[in-house]
Amino acid sequence: MNRRLGRLGPYLLLLPSILFLVVFFAWPMAEALVLAVQSPEGVFTLEYVQRMAGDVAFRDALRNTLVLILVIVPLQVVLALGMALLVQAGLRGSGLFLYAWTIPLGISDLAAGIVWLTIFTERGYLNSFLHNLGLIQKPILLLSYENPQGLFAAVVVAEVWRATAIVMVILVAGLQLIPREYLEAAEVFGAGLWQRVRYVMLPLLRPSLQVALILRTILAFQVFAVVVALAGRTLPVLAGEAYYWYGTYRNTNVAAAYAVLILLLSILNTGLYLRALRTRAEELAL
Amino acid sequence: MRQPGSLRRRSGRLLLYGLALILSAWVLFPLFLIAFTALSPRPAVYAWPKTLVPDTFSLDTLVFFLNSHGVLSATLNSIGVALITLVLSLVIGAPAGYALARFVFPGRETFKVLILTTRAFPIVILSIPLAVTFIQWNLYDTLIAVALVHTALALPFAILVTGSIFVSVPKELEEAALTLGCNRLQAFVRVALPLALPGLAAAAIFTFVLSWNEVFAATILTLRNRTLPAHVLTVLNESPLPFRFAGGFFMIAPALVFIFVIRRYLLNLWGRVVK
Repeated sequence: MNRRLGRLGPYLLLLPSILFLVVFFAWPMAEALVLAVQSPEGVFTLEYVQRMAGDVAFRDALRNTLVLILVIVPLQVVLALGMALLVQAGLRGSGLFLYAWTIPLGISDLAAGIVWLTIFTERGYLNSFLHNLGLIQKPILLLSYENPQGLFAAVVVAEVWRATAIVMVILVAGLQLIPREYLEAAEVFGAGLWQRVRYVMLPLLRPSLQVALILRTILAFQVFAVVVALAGRTLPVLAGEAYYWYGTYRNTNVAAAYAVLILLLSILNTGLYLRALRTRAEELAL
Repeated sequence: MRQPGSLRRRSGRLLLYGLALILSAWVLFPLFLIAFTALSPRPAVYAWPKTLVPDTFSLDTLVFFLNSHGVLSATLNSIGVALITLVLSLVIGAPAGYALARFVFPGRETFKVLILTTRAFPIVILSIPLAVTFIQWNLYDTLIAVALVHTALALPFAILVTGSIFVSVPKELEEAALTLGCNRLQAFVRVALPLALPGLAAAAIFTFVLSWNEVFAATILTLRNRTLPAHVLTVLNESPLPFRFAGGFFMIAPALVFIFVIRRYLLNLWGRVVK
């Protein structure tokens, strides 16, 4: 009796998690698909998908989301890599630097948008700074309908500010797994700093880089509150449209179509990363 | 011969310090700015041109925010949701983490990969189909509904982190307790749990912050019982600037304290997640 319980033990411990993820993860995914392609009478229909694709904001939302990812994610990886290497360089007080750089981990996207609003708003710190330098007399409108590039740049800055930390923490942890002997050996053989980074650290960091890229891009597909805080709906993004279709237009089906689109793009993206960086799924410890 | 080399080395070092300081300023400076804005009187928020450090500090703007309609109840809701999320993710996740740490069984690796894969999905987006389900279950617009989605978000993390925490508690100690007459549960509660407690507390705090900060699902799943971020988001673009700035600061402040408390664990948490 006891032995059988012993064999069943681990499964009993896993059961609550599995049940929970089935009900609140797997099932809603299927439900999203059903909502997106099934009419109230239970017949297959592409009406909602067509409404989504035909909406005026759709193309902009799709383009903005993708371009934001293409601009933000590489910036974050480069910045985070720089930070991680600096932490690893053994500077005095590197613990303090590391702590300062991890602070944004605790800041929500909404709050980050508001933080940068204090800087970019009409009477904000940036305009005040430019004024004090004597470059401008009156505040210039940085965040306005007529200035889409300004809105876009503000969102990029806020997102890079907020969400580089998660990439950095993953990379720092990855760098710490690299045995010191490898780097010492490279140094003994005359490799300079750049060569050590390029030929020793980066290749060994590949799994961590992959994890960071996948996680960060998935999160970037859901970019939403930063954009609302800085640009309202002037800069449409996919998750924002899902929210407006659900909340403002009260059309759950079109909102679900957006959800399915974001889901598919995320899966596609993970697949691409896995292929591009040639790692087996088992190696992947997300 | 040696002089220029060491000089170059030293200037290289100096350059690294310079970079580190610039990056720190990039992260910290905006935080000072929002703190200054939120802690200055309301007219100063509209002042032009702004001075870097306000002439007078005042709680006026923050009090105005806290007294605004709905803010107090939304704050309480946020705390409630975060606490439910914390309890649910640990109660559901920690047993699975313990199983991964202590037992070798068929399907262990599959389960692990499965848990890892869930993180490659945009979970908050699932709040849209879940809203339909919650309406049917009469759970829509409740704290529990939001907490359930936040738990789905936090659970994979909770499982992996608690797993790595239990791995670091020596198995031998528990086995010793077993030979001394404890049963499995007693050995766990009396030996493993106290040793794992600091790590578990850090994981719990992290879960709390995750929930406290989540905006999208909370906005989709509530109507009257908004959480704080959901409330601020929905009224944001009709609200005066002092409200927005004070709100931003008010949401950031507790998270900063929590991150400070668990700063030693942050890297370990993530490092182990990667491993």
